[in-house]
Amino acid sequence: MADDIRALSAQLAQDPQSLVFLRLGEALRRKGQLEGALRVAMNGLERHPHLADAHDLYARILTDKHDYERAFDEWDMAVRIAPHHTGALKGLAFLYFKVGDLAQAEAHLEQARKVEPDDPSIDQAIAMMRKGVTPPTPEQRAAPSPPAAAAAPAAAVSSSGFDEARVFAGLEGANEGLLLIDGAGRVLGGALRDGSGADVTDRVAAYLAGVSQEAARTAKLLGLGAWNGLSAEGQHGNVHLAHPTPDALLLVVRERGMPLGRLAILAQRATTMARRWLEKQ
Amino acid sequence: MSKALDLITRVRGVRGAMLVSAEDGLIVAEQLMEGIKGGAVAALAASLAGRLRRAMEAAGTGTSVFWHLQAEQGALLVVPGGDAADGILVVAVAEPDVNIGLVRLELLRAAETVV
Repeated sequence: MADDIRALSAQLAQDPQSLVFLRLGEALRRKGQLEGALRVAMNGLERHPHLADAHDLYARILTDKHDYERAFDEWDMAVRIAPHHTGALKGLAFLYFKVGDLAQAEAHLEQARKVEPDDPSIDQAIAMMRKGVTPPTPEQRAAPSPPAAAAAPAAAVSSSGFDEARVFAGLEGANEGLLLIDGAGRVLGGALRDGSGADVTDRVAAYLAGVSQEAARTAKLLGLGAWNGLSAEGQHGNVHLAHPTPDALLLVVRERGMPLGRLAILAQRATTMARRWLEKQ
Repeated sequence: MSKALDLITRVRGVRGAMLVSAEDGLIVAEQLMEGIKGGAVAALAASLAGRLRRAMEAAGTGTSVFWHLQAEQGALLVVPGGDAADGILVVAVAEPDVNIGLVRLELLRAAETVV
């Protein structure tokens, strides 16, 4: 493998515009050299921003790094560029499964099956998913799929957990770190855990009751118009508050490493999803 | 104190700055443009800071070191200084296109000076 990587690196150095970065990035990923793989994929993407395979590669590396939110964006982009990209469709299915949205997961796998009806890994993933087992993470099409036994069993998630996750399906940490409450501090969706893993959902919701009205009053008094959001930097983590509807409040909590600007973008997406979900209720 | 507020209000787009007692929401010092109702804003900022502090502590993120309320036509930026519950809040009111990063730095600097 090391020889392969050396040979591929040399090829890429000779012709930086070539698509060999796809094979090199994948080889590094498989070897667990994720930082190297990431650099190769990003450089490739800079040169080939409209290449679906490049977004697919980048998404697979991000998935290995457990950065599911960005992986989702990359696979989503790959499908926009190439709607029949089975790697990206399988990737999206995997992420939907992870947040408990089985319907979306199956829909994406079915789409992939229509494109490649002879691909046994797709049937295998659908069967595993129906049995409640996490389908394997999507691999490059040329590579053999891992055996079913290698897949980790899915954590048991209650049906109510799935409903809550569906509010934010597709977003990083859809089951944790996102909380939607009504004006009285009642939880509508999402969940929060503190650093020790204890469930703090209800406590945080209670403290946040009335924040929306107070923020609105403050902005009005200052003549600033309607409030859009509130970002806060904590000693151990950052939070963002937004209001999908005048009464509801959305809280996004992430580790301190996530910059406030990026947190605001994530919150904006979650707000749109929460608004849609609230409108359907 | 007024020197600390000077540095904040010197940032382009800042309409005013205040030092507010986190415990009772009273103004300790202020440099505000005309038309800003300092007393009311101080009271609401302190109340908002209190709720946020409790919620963030419960969520495991620790007390806030900086927060920022974004609105259509401007922003309120706050750095809690000293003990979060009864310390001083360094507050700035700004235009929507203000350099948030710069104001944040001046607020943090002011908080170090006044506490």
